[in-house]
Amino acid sequence: MEVTDKTIDKLSDLSRLNFDGEERDNIKRDLEKMLVFVEKLNSLDTDGVAPLVYMTEETLQLRKDEVGEALSQSEALKNGPSHDSDYFKVPKVLDK
Amino acid sequence: MENYTFTHLSKTREELLAGSFSATSLTELYLKRALAGDRYNAFLEVFNDSALATAKRIDDKVASGKPMGKLAGAIIGIKDNMCYQGHKVSAASKILDGFESVYTATAIQRLIDEDAIILGRLNCDEFAMGSSNENSSYGPVKNPINEALVPGGSSGGSAAAVAADLCMVSLGSDTGGSIRQPAAFCGLVGMKPTYGRVSRYGLIAFASSFDQIGPFTKNVHDAELVYQIMAGRDEMDATSSSRLVHESPSAKDKFTFAYYEEVMNSPGLHPRTKALFVEKLDALRAAGHEVISTSFPYLEHLVPCYYVLTTAEASSNLGRYDGVHYGRRSEASQDIPTTYFNSRTEGFGAEVKRRIMLGTFVLSSGYYDAYYTKGQKVRRLIKDATDDILKKADFLISPTTPHPAFKVGEKANDPIALYLEDIFTVQANLSGNPAITVPMGTTDEGLPLGLQLFGRSFDEATLFRAASLI
Repeated sequence: MEVTDKTIDKLSDLSRLNFDGEERDNIKRDLEKMLVFVEKLNSLDTDGVAPLVYMTEETLQLRKDEVGEALSQSEALKNGPSHDSDYFKVPKVLDK
Repeated sequence: MENYTFTHLSKTREELLAGSFSATSLTELYLKRALAGDRYNAFLEVFNDSALATAKRIDDKVASGKPMGKLAGAIIGIKDNMCYQGHKVSAASKILDGFESVYTATAIQRLIDEDAIILGRLNCDEFAMGSSNENSSYGPVKNPINEALVPGGSSGGSAAAVAADLCMVSLGSDTGGSIRQPAAFCGLVGMKPTYGRVSRYGLIAFASSFDQIGPFTKNVHDAELVYQIMAGRDEMDATSSSRLVHESPSAKDKFTFAYYEEVMNSPGLHPRTKALFVEKLDALRAAGHEVISTSFPYLEHLVPCYYVLTTAEASSNLGRYDGVHYGRRSEASQDIPTTYFNSRTEGFGAEVKRRIMLGTFVLSSGYYDAYYTKGQKVRRLIKDATDDILKKADFLISPTTPHPAFKVGEKANDPIALYLEDIFTVQANLSGNPAITVPMGTTDEGLPLGLQLFGRSFDEATLFRAASLI
């Protein structure tokens, strides 16, 4: 299938990735190639086949609803590229 | 000490307990090897301080006569996608530049609890996406057997480090062959457990319904030991199985091995790979095992199915890298949207972006059923057909890869080559079964080739038993 500029725009927006210039041509070409490659699945008749969603055959067990040790606030913030003692910091959202 | 030759974990442990050397001198030796001897770009970082502190603790334990763990003296390297508290981890990606783990992966904690020493973190393809270790932000890894060749991927550093004796054992992760293929390319044993056997807690996610942690070792016995220690239910991973790990292997000593007739006639198979494989099958027959040929109707659907489902899961898993909560933020961000867009565009490499885009496509409205649901249905067909084969046979047997390690830079974007590269390994990740690669022999140029055994789910015990027989 042909990958249009519109498709690339939509996918790059959903993926939060920019593709400009040569990179845009490359991703278009690569996506087309990959889609041709996975197209092979359509040669199989899967009518009435239930999708395999969960790999575990065991019934998932809920853990007990108990308060336990988790990450402390300072640990959770530690790896943020910008933070103070209480919050992750992001660039300004609203203009004056 | 300088010339210490490692053979088996159990032997090293005995030597340590007998006082032949201290854990500290052993650790110093391996730190030196990993730093000075790493011409292969295998180690991204050695954990000098924590490795020596652990060694000291072990020496104190030996001196005071306390009972020692099963991995006392084991020097282990970990793939750079596993969390170890207080240490950096990057998935070989710029987007995790500077990230430091705030907790330890269960698999690693269980090794530490048995007195293993974690030597450092090992290079890999970015977010474990690749088959040659050429997709790392920190440069390619070289194959210690021939430096012009790739070590395989994505756990290329894990394979190279063990092959070059920079550590005794290493951990990798396997989503479509990322342990078995590099193990085969470097002449090692590599094993992927059944899906759900080893906790994924603390493993940086690529494709959550495929990923499993497993060992790289020099022999089957060490692989089984390390596997057994890591395996078993973990409260922190809801998909980890509650089934007993130490089940006894099948009492049979003659097994039935099935191979794919189509594979034998594949033009992509290296002649030496085929010759060695045929020799192996003959040797199994001569030893009284049964070898049967079978066919698999979905051979050419394996890799496409794998790509649809793993890219979908990856696009979702990698959504968390937003330049806000951890990792790297683009300097060029003025507001929230540009923070997301620029941080991700600058932080991810080309292969990761390709897979995020394909995954986003197959999950997007209008295409979801035609690609993603279709992939899940095909996965069911593959799993059912695999289960049917393993009703007739104890194991599936195949070469691990169609050919030996290839040259750095050689693999062009040839879909046929791509399809053949992963064809023998992806099936175990699609179906969830355990699989192991053991050295099968070498080419005339001395390049190793691997033999893969693929067993019934949760019967790793019998898989290891058969692997040590062949």
